[in-house]
Amino acid sequence: MMTPRPILSSLRRHKIAAFLIVLEIALAFAIVSNAVYLVMGRLQRMDIRSGIDERDLVTLQISSAGKAGVPAAEADLAALRAIPGVQAAAAVNSLPFTDSSWNSGFAKTPDPNATPYPVTIYLGSRDLLPTLGVKILAGRGFSSDQYTDLTPATMLSSFFKPTQVIVSQAYAEQLWPGGNAVGKLLYVQKAQGQVVGVMSNIVRPQLSDSGTDPANFYAAILPFRVGPNLGASYVLRTAPAARERVLKAAVAKLQAMHPTQTVTKQATLSQMRRDYFRDDRSMAWLLVSTILALLGVTAIGIVGLASFWVQQRTRQIGVRRALGARRVDILRYFQTENFLLATVGIALGCAAAIGINVWLMAHYAVPRLPIVYLPIGAVALWLLGQLAVLGPALRAARVPPTTAMRAA
Amino acid sequence: MGAYYLRLALRALRNSPVLTALMVLALAVGIGASMTMLTVLHVLSGDPLPGRSAHLYYPQVDPLPLARNGDGDSRPPSLLTYIDAENLLHQGKAARAAVMYQGADVVQPPAGSVLHPIAVTSRLTGRDFFSMFEVPFRYGAPWSAADDAGAAHVAVISQSLDHKLFGGADSVGRMLNYGGHSFRIVGVLAHWRPVPRFYDLNSSRYGEVEDVFIPFNTARALNIGVNGTTNCFGQTTGNLDTSPCGYIQMWVQLDSAHAAAAYKRFLVDYSAQQHAAGRFQRKPNVRLDDLMQWLATNHVVPEDVRMQAWLALGFLLVCVVNTVGLLLAKFLRRSGEIGVRRALGASRRAIFAQLLIEAGMIGAAGALLGLLLTWLGLWLVRQQPSSYASLAHLQPAMLVATLLLALLASLVAGLLPAWRACLIAPALQLKSS
Repeated sequence: MMTPRPILSSLRRHKIAAFLIVLEIALAFAIVSNAVYLVMGRLQRMDIRSGIDERDLVTLQISSAGKAGVPAAEADLAALRAIPGVQAAAAVNSLPFTDSSWNSGFAKTPDPNATPYPVTIYLGSRDLLPTLGVKILAGRGFSSDQYTDLTPATMLSSFFKPTQVIVSQAYAEQLWPGGNAVGKLLYVQKAQGQVVGVMSNIVRPQLSDSGTDPANFYAAILPFRVGPNLGASYVLRTAPAARERVLKAAVAKLQAMHPTQTVTKQATLSQMRRDYFRDDRSMAWLLVSTILALLGVTAIGIVGLASFWVQQRTRQIGVRRALGARRVDILRYFQTENFLLATVGIALGCAAAIGINVWLMAHYAVPRLPIVYLPIGAVALWLLGQLAVLGPALRAARVPPTTAMRAA
Repeated sequence: MGAYYLRLALRALRNSPVLTALMVLALAVGIGASMTMLTVLHVLSGDPLPGRSAHLYYPQVDPLPLARNGDGDSRPPSLLTYIDAENLLHQGKAARAAVMYQGADVVQPPAGSVLHPIAVTSRLTGRDFFSMFEVPFRYGAPWSAADDAGAAHVAVISQSLDHKLFGGADSVGRMLNYGGHSFRIVGVLAHWRPVPRFYDLNSSRYGEVEDVFIPFNTARALNIGVNGTTNCFGQTTGNLDTSPCGYIQMWVQLDSAHAAAAYKRFLVDYSAQQHAAGRFQRKPNVRLDDLMQWLATNHVVPEDVRMQAWLALGFLLVCVVNTVGLLLAKFLRRSGEIGVRRALGASRRAIFAQLLIEAGMIGAAGALLGLLLTWLGLWLVRQQPSSYASLAHLQPAMLVATLLLALLASLVAGLLPAWRACLIAPALQLKSS
């Protein structure tokens, strides 16, 4: 590396061009670091663990508002279990990766003014937990005699008075940090329920923007059975290879059992995950392509300005070569020059990146930019700058010493 | 003189085809990306009922208990309970008013048809829905006020359901079996798809409108269930309509600011009266958003789309700065030529004008290519499975905006290099060449 002094004095004579390169790098740095961070956020969200055995599950739903209650659901489930390849079947009020969820809030004290802690409620038939692959970590599950059948009428009167509750690990941890939740009491509008078990985390249908938010896992199960009349769907457990075949057979069977109804949903849980994150995926693709295009445009700008410089200074380069500068010295000169400009650009870009992030945090639900993105972005732009300047610098290095005489 | 500058500019552009192509490309990419995103933003944040939206209002009252679900938001709930909906509908003095909710059930095909049962969503509402929102009819008309009052078994169906069931024929007078009940069809809608689907923001915001419309009173008499949010907040009774459960949207039409102010006073009076009667625990807490306010309150435009638009503008800025750099390089390379022209008597103004024309031509080329890229970008957006993707089409206003933006961007980009280039001293350049 050579001393920056002659470079600086040379740059002073090309203030505008130097300023433009610095500006381009600063803008690219500020926008790219924020965009990369947004992409990472999306990827993290799309990667969330559902807590259920997604690859083994298919689900289907039959339209039957106001009619088929729990007894009909039990008959349907018995028929579905008879399909070869079905290992288990259950009815459930809602599933991860859907747009329908039942939410409530439990308080830790009977005081009507106590703050309730929001929670998603999962309800279903008795085999629900083993079918989904959710495990009881502490305490116990519900026994068969504890279940009540929910109807549209009883839903309004009894749903809010649970006597027993199974809570997710994350919810238990939120309510009783570090403590044992089993046996504790929960309250909803003067009604009281007891935590009988703690289950492994299961994700809520509606996720928050951040994939790492623990609230994504605040869930509870109550001992109520639901039928399709309350929007329940069926979920079947099978081997991943048999999913499509099982789903097809299940649709045919339900359609044959209910000629005046229609199957309104049929999907593997893997499909549902893909569909649920389609907007995140589109956004991630869009951001990535914008980042690449932006870096490309920045590189074009650097190549253009550097080529112009080389051309302008052909004679000066020739003189230096005639005075004994080696080719590698010329190459180094342009590389060092670009490194200096990029460094100034990156420094300005850091400030702008933080500014943009603060603005995004104020206006959109965007979290703080982790500081680690700044050095990564800096290295990326240094490399980009070196790469872009390489072509023009090599051309400069090829300038023969005799140019010094001819150009005059 | 203009034609001469144009010829000069063309020749200059031809002399360095690679640099010219790079500039055009950079500008076009920036314009394509930002116009694609701005078009999506424009489509999604548009006024679903231009000319009428200012007269449509969404009344809210606050029947919540004093303890609330912690979020510190003091807005009244967005859904009305049955009791409040009925009271507001019958006591309020609005030019028009409709309460509504969404249902979902199965339509049985006509006897003898080979069709399977069809799962549809329905809108349970009053006849004013159609006139308030200027819903177009293909056949027939909305049901009558008597049908509303008498809970008649009548229905309006969508064009697409009419197409599925009756092959698109005039089905007025025929029977519709929805959810196991029979309804006489009184009207068939023409195509209607307000964007966003403003009247019910709880269900699909950019989706199609419902296939079946049935009078609200009929729906309640038949106990047609709610397909959507039901928010209960107190001691429930086992009956949705007597429980403290919000599930109803309400819209009123108020034709003047005076009427709106009067209606808001009515909401406050109503709340005070309910508070005095002990039904409401809270002091009057009302809101009366007009349609566009209501969309803003509910953050209807996805935040992603707004962020994309900002990103695209940032990207355009980078492209413009880049073009400035390239133009500067291009103009200053021609110092010799410019020096000669200056020495031969061309004024700084003339040089400046000529270089700006050159920049403008790059802008024009960038605009055309950018337009093509915008069209391609919107096509790509439409291939995405997002709910609003299918609505992203190029609009005439955005087309004009694209062209203007491109021209403006290139002229802005050309200003600094052109100014810098016309400062070139004639004598010095002559000497050195």
